[in-house]
Amino acid sequence: MLEVTGLTRAYGRGDAAHVAIDQVNLSVAQGELVSIVGPSGCGKSTLLRCIGGLIVPTAGQVVLRGEPVRDVPDGLAVVLQDYGRSLYPWLSVRDNVAMPLRRTTRSRAARRKAADASLAAVGLSGVGEKYPWQLSGGMQQRVAIARALACDPVLLLMDEPFGSVDAQTREDLEDLVLRVRRERDITILIVTHDIDESVYVADRVIVLTPGPGRVRADLPVRLPWPRDQIATKELPEFVRLRTEVSRLVRNREDAAVAGESPARAKSEA
Amino acid sequence: MSWQRTSWVWRWVVLAAGIAGWQLWASAARSSFFPPPSAIVARMHRLWFSGPAAHAFLTPDATANLLPSLGRVLSGLAIAAAIGVPLGIALGRSPVVTDYLNPLLQFARALPVVTMAPVFIVLFKLGTQMEVATIAFGTVWPILLNTIDGAASVDAVQLETARAFRLSRWERLVWIVIPAALPKAFAGLRLSLSLSLILMVFAELVGASNGIGYEMSNASNSFDMTLLWSTIVLLGILGYLLNELLGGAERLILAWHTSHRERE
Repeated sequence: MLEVTGLTRAYGRGDAAHVAIDQVNLSVAQGELVSIVGPSGCGKSTLLRCIGGLIVPTAGQVVLRGEPVRDVPDGLAVVLQDYGRSLYPWLSVRDNVAMPLRRTTRSRAARRKAADASLAAVGLSGVGEKYPWQLSGGMQQRVAIARALACDPVLLLMDEPFGSVDAQTREDLEDLVLRVRRERDITILIVTHDIDESVYVADRVIVLTPGPGRVRADLPVRLPWPRDQIATKELPEFVRLRTEVSRLVRNREDAAVAGESPARAKSEA
Repeated sequence: MSWQRTSWVWRWVVLAAGIAGWQLWASAARSSFFPPPSAIVARMHRLWFSGPAAHAFLTPDATANLLPSLGRVLSGLAIAAAIGVPLGIALGRSPVVTDYLNPLLQFARALPVVTMAPVFIVLFKLGTQMEVATIAFGTVWPILLNTIDGAASVDAVQLETARAFRLSRWERLVWIVIPAALPKAFAGLRLSLSLSLILMVFAELVGASNGIGYEMSNASNSFDMTLLWSTIVLLGILGYLLNELLGGAERLILAWHTSHRERE
């Protein structure tokens, strides 16, 4: 459903240019949940924004459902890291969630109804009248998720969505994302710097090299569904995977042995 | 809560004590330059506020002088806001253009507006047009510069999110840029309001055939100190009321912003 080939993005020109991502290839199947991890500054967010059509790549292309992405494509929704900055403080929670529906739904009543349904789906019934800043951080991020789901997207991009909430809330939100994925046939890409999270939620973990970002490893996660914050994380396979991802993210030398070869084989294929 | 009540009561006590002190001193001193507040209030009442109920108790003198002054202030401010807010939003969203225009804007803002009055007198002749032009020209700068600032600092994440939801340029302007810039625009409007009263009096002193400034100038020429003080007190009350009115409008329109700010 999503094919990324030779994706490169540089900021600036000539010798001073900073290459954020370099020749990234990846392919995501319909309904897959893929997490992207890497050390900070590896261009994770740039990659996500290129896929979402928010920034134009320097080279390479993104093909979503057979169509090359040039602008923000249909059926895309995003949840950005900083809920405090991505929700609009001058709009009620309900109007925030209804905002992306403006393009598709003419009737205001229908938009509000869809917004309420979306809020209910993330466990936030009855807060539609409130303002975002009257809610806790975790609830605000739920609103951001409800807003992303309101327009019934086929592809959901999440950029470090749970970076600014506490650990307990973070686990609840991870489970919320998994439930949403189960209930709707939705493809999700999550950028994260949390290694446990990247393994816990995903079908596949893609590890990027430190900047300029390239695909270092593409690891399938063969953990049973449904996942459970305690039971899943006890499994030897989980521990093995998180250790491997951790090594790939932190240590270049080890990673060259453990991860680089499969990634290269894939990108050259 | 109780702290606020005490401070509210005390504010009025202090005000009343101040007026009482002035009253005692002025009655004792019998200075012809500083009439007692009771004389000023009596004069204000007789001159302006003893009209028929059908005219909201305004006397003919009040309708002939207060209303024109008020009209000039409000139309001058309205013109300044009608130019300053849209232009400020346009410039705030085009950093390159603003960069080019910045020296010009800073120069125009730094220009004391009273120096422009002779130009306006030549352009518009003495009268309401010249007065409104002076007020509008003087008050447009705080509104314009504050709105530029507000529109320029709209959060990038908010705009990117809107783009990801495929809101059109127009929708992004109406739903994100304008609401985000409004608090700053209001801050500019507040500055402009107090400025507009100063400019109104100034313009009317320079050349008008009615208005509060005109009455002041008359009072001063005929050494009518009680009338002069009456106009000064009236201007103070007018400024206070207009400011309260604007504050009320701001609280109504920017309810989200004030409560939001209190949280942080």
